[in-house]
Amino acid sequence: MESRITGKAYVLGNNIDTDQIIPAEHLVYSLSDEEESKKYGHFALSSVPVNEAGLPNGGIPFIEGENWQAEYRIIIGGSNFGCGSSREHAPFALQKAGVKAIVAESYARIFYRNSVDGGFLIPYESTQKLNNVIKTGDEVEIDLENNSITNLTDGKEYQLKELGEVLPIVEAGGVFNYARASGMIS
Amino acid sequence: MGMTITEKILAKAAGREKVSPGENIWMNVDVLMTHDVCGPPTIGIWKREFGESAKIWDKEKFVIFPDHYIFTQNSHANRNVEILREFAKEYQIDNYYDVGTERYKGVCHLALAEEGYNVPGRVLFGTDSHTCTSGAFGMFATGVGNTDAAFILGTGRIWEKVPESLKFTFNGTLPPYLTAKDLILQILGDITTDGATYRAMEFDGEAVFDLSMNERMTLTNMAIEAGGMNGIIKADQKTIDYVRERTQSPYEIFESDNDAEYLNKYEYDVSKLEPIVAKPHSPDNRDIVRNVAGTKLTKCYIGSCTGGKLSDFQFAAPIIFGAEVKVPTFVVPASTEVAKQLEIETYKGISLKEIFENAGCMIGQSSCAACLGGPDDTFGRAQDKDIVISTTNRNFPGRMGSKQSEVYLASPLTVAASAINGFITDPRDYI
Repeated sequence: MESRITGKAYVLGNNIDTDQIIPAEHLVYSLSDEEESKKYGHFALSSVPVNEAGLPNGGIPFIEGENWQAEYRIIIGGSNFGCGSSREHAPFALQKAGVKAIVAESYARIFYRNSVDGGFLIPYESTQKLNNVIKTGDEVEIDLENNSITNLTDGKEYQLKELGEVLPIVEAGGVFNYARASGMIS
Repeated sequence: MGMTITEKILAKAAGREKVSPGENIWMNVDVLMTHDVCGPPTIGIWKREFGESAKIWDKEKFVIFPDHYIFTQNSHANRNVEILREFAKEYQIDNYYDVGTERYKGVCHLALAEEGYNVPGRVLFGTDSHTCTSGAFGMFATGVGNTDAAFILGTGRIWEKVPESLKFTFNGTLPPYLTAKDLILQILGDITTDGATYRAMEFDGEAVFDLSMNERMTLTNMAIEAGGMNGIIKADQKTIDYVRERTQSPYEIFESDNDAEYLNKYEYDVSKLEPIVAKPHSPDNRDIVRNVAGTKLTKCYIGSCTGGKLSDFQFAAPIIFGAEVKVPTFVVPASTEVAKQLEIETYKGISLKEIFENAGCMIGQSSCAACLGGPDDTFGRAQDKDIVISTTNRNFPGRMGSKQSEVYLASPLTVAASAINGFITDPRDYI
């Protein structure tokens, strides 16, 4: 696991549900076909209402034009990130688009599990509201050893909650790697 | 300190005397369910991770209901059903309910009940967030993603954090103008869409046990809309009667101890509640129907795992009887069994199906249909700036199709009353 994740932040509000992350009509594409699965990156966050896309001002599309990768590596969310359906296509789509980590106040259970068990990205919980102090496009850095995020644009540092019991699964890169390493499966 | 019903079932599944909220446990799974959207990627991960030696832990316990994108020309969606069909053939999965055959059932959550997979005391995991529906049968049921499902498919085991429990008690007798949908929308307004995240929602009280199994499933179905890990109702004689009509599998009835610990308890007097809507764009955006009465609609929708059961159509039909719907109204029986019942069940001597047809409703084929939007040609899908009132369970932006559409969630009574007026209507005007 890397010790730092650095990149541009994309900032969202509360209750970003899985239909906003990847609208249901796109769930028909293959996740294993390298070329076809780029569609998930292309449509990632495509149903977030325009005025809430890229806070504080909104109106910033996560994906530009026909691209399938975003210029953002870290998403800053509010509370209840990933609520709604069980679709694992949601963290998959964000990973495909280039997202390495999310920092949100809280997560819906299934999205959190999917992110961790599938090894798609790291779902960090913040210790305070961050989507009103970090702006879309700010350069930020997550320090995985010290559980903190720094806004490199203004130098301010914020504490993150420890990953706790899921840390070994995150470090292993998902539940299968974890289970193999611990001898649960061969 | 005693245990809740959820803790007792999880303890049994983990082979433990006792479990406590907050601890991570590994447990055995009794049933794994998947469908056409998440089945193919689950199978893909299972093959990738277990390789040549990939084995299904127990074929009897693996159930596949294609139900999401069935009646569509979308070639990618059809390919997903084809993948399931091939897989079921190759691995000889008896519990596969193929499209285009007599065995096709429709929406998985109702099909699980109808086909006898819901049995008190069991542990069910499914690749669908509304798997919590099955908790109406006094069992632990929750949704997971493809990776977790693939892990279960190969091992029969999974980890879970034991949830804290919330208890919701509904006292009194439900008035004729209220349904289980009003009760759960009431709760959602009180605790919001993350009020039960990682928690169990236990439903209790005489008004709950007066409900039919169909209506109990409406309550547990929408536990996930509050973020709940599971919704659960203790099994009673109604549960046993329903189950025994469908399976002879052994069951085990669990119930919460009197001194079980709850994070919070909520009590309601149902005689004081009113018909409820959830306004756009969140299931917790609660209001009473009266406050939004008169809102012009462009579509009405009665369907889905939560709102397309026989009971939902039995509520709607008497209001629609003899009237004409003023806006396009879509009726989607959740399962093929419900579709058959619509032809058999009558009101004033006329079948429910005829009542809906005579009123100008469009009746679709059993599937998830427009509840989650789906491909462009999905029956009842919200288009452009549609304003829809629906018996479904989610109204997040774009959920039923168009990103510009607005969706109100309400009981089948409220949707029926609204359909014959073309604007949101309090069902008490007709009851």
